[in-house]
Amino acid sequence: MERIANGLVAVVKRGCRTCELVKPVLRELADAGTPFSVYSQDDPAFPEGVPGVIDDRRLAFSYRERIEIVPTLIRYQDAKEVGRVIGWNRREWQALTGVNGLGGKLPENRPGCGARNIEPGMAEELAARFGDTGIVSRRVCIPAHVDPMEAIYDRGWTDGLPVTPPTEARVLRMLKGTRRRPDEVIAIVPPDRAVCTVEKAAVNAVMAGCKPEYFPVVLAAIETACGPKFGMHGVLCTTSFATPMIVVSGPISRGIGMNSGRNVLGQANRPNASIGRALQLVIRNVGGGRPGPGGIDRCTIGHQGKYTMCFAEDELGSPWESLAVERGFRPDQNVVHIFTGNGVQGLHDHRSRSPEGLVSTYAQCLRVVHHPKITYSTALLVIAPEHTIHFREAGWSKQRLKQAILQRLQIPIRELMPGYNGDDEGLRRITPEQRARLDDPTLTIPKFLPEGLNIVAAGGEAGMMAAVIAGLSMEVGMDWAEIKP
Amino acid sequence: MNEEDQDLVLVDPTSELHREFRDRLQRPQTLDGLTVGILDIKKDPGEIFLGRLDELLTGRGVKVKRYVKPHFSWEAPTELKQTIAEECDVLIEGLAD
Repeated sequence: MERIANGLVAVVKRGCRTCELVKPVLRELADAGTPFSVYSQDDPAFPEGVPGVIDDRRLAFSYRERIEIVPTLIRYQDAKEVGRVIGWNRREWQALTGVNGLGGKLPENRPGCGARNIEPGMAEELAARFGDTGIVSRRVCIPAHVDPMEAIYDRGWTDGLPVTPPTEARVLRMLKGTRRRPDEVIAIVPPDRAVCTVEKAAVNAVMAGCKPEYFPVVLAAIETACGPKFGMHGVLCTTSFATPMIVVSGPISRGIGMNSGRNVLGQANRPNASIGRALQLVIRNVGGGRPGPGGIDRCTIGHQGKYTMCFAEDELGSPWESLAVERGFRPDQNVVHIFTGNGVQGLHDHRSRSPEGLVSTYAQCLRVVHHPKITYSTALLVIAPEHTIHFREAGWSKQRLKQAILQRLQIPIRELMPGYNGDDEGLRRITPEQRARLDDPTLTIPKFLPEGLNIVAAGGEAGMMAAVIAGLSMEVGMDWAEIKP
Repeated sequence: MNEEDQDLVLVDPTSELHREFRDRLQRPQTLDGLTVGILDIKKDPGEIFLGRLDELLTGRGVKVKRYVKPHFSWEAPTELKQTIAEECDVLIEGLAD
């Protein structure tokens, strides 16, 4: 496309009523014989009666010249812009064109319409189209005749389900969800100990189905899961069931529409589903952590939470402080917690109406985490409103509930010995002093240490239920961090 | 212009690292004069098996050095790996369960 060096250029689209209005003016300018070009954003046959309209449906000219409104009239002199008017204003058009009486039969003023190149989402499309993205990752070209979904599977980039193809425009939009620079290194991802930048995280967040407003949560989750306290390498390569599980506290969970209510650990909520999945895809694609032949994910059985495991606390409905406040944050701070999740054990108690009764239920169900004889376990107890109401009414704090459960789960050593109850699981070694007191019921080992048992309120308003999510161990699998914008 | 006929450009989600395959070191023909390291990853009851190996090797006159990882779920610290590389010719790393 030749750039006009001296003269006038108008940018129009058929879908604009003001552009329709100025058609006679455009014809008059074209007939005047001075250098004049018209670029049409949506239909090269528009405006009728003007010869040589330039097709700008790819919006190259409009993008380059930063057109925001149609009609726009620009005057160039020595290939430089020396004047611009937008919309229709008779005096301004007459002044810029130097044609007295131009558009004399038209109204004095009409505002224009938004240009196609600034429609929502178009800025990123055009940046990608004209090579202006700043994205440094490698590009992979999928030929037009190849199904992109299959091409993505073939490259091993998915978790087994289809992903959103990570086009440059989508990655750019994701990057707008954070103030952080695309080249910032946020994690060294196991097992390959590969660098993960904000940009690489964005590519995987696109694939997972995230919206840009979820992206700060994704970044915090990646940083925390791959940080020095969580032990992501061990969580990945264990034969156990564990996977990183994200719990979000703070106003952002409500702002982006996370589910903390009905079906909280289930399907169908986009941020819950896609934030957890984005973390998993980063581990897979950036870190190289995969199951299957040659992969380091050696999980014996696993569970569906390895696709995604993420939910929000029901802070507004809870009788207790949030996990974040327990850890010293303010309620207005946004915090991501990463636990290990071994899967969900559903827990029913439709009869108990007292804290004591519910403590008994919880303790019995928590006792079987991993195995009734395995101690120093970790677990997250998720309690729904029809249970939490009884603690609210009785004035029980979360700490009181926790202490009551821990007390019930001081297990007599006798019950932890191999052979007890007919199975050979149990303590591998005990001291001579312990052996001498095997029948002493006061000689106990805790099922959980206080930091190993966490409690959170979430779930739908109907149903006298809770859920136990077992964790991996005391040594790995628990950390938290504030979410940065 | 027909957008449907155009190739689709995707952004690579991987680390873009290239795998490098290295050949294993030659196994020694004999342990005579060599130092054998035994690394306990600290998972029960690995130390029983490793202790027995230590006895057998020492009984045959092989020099043995013992090492322990801080925890089996965590990678061995770099310092520990460097110490082993410096002090041993051969390493036995023990699993458990």
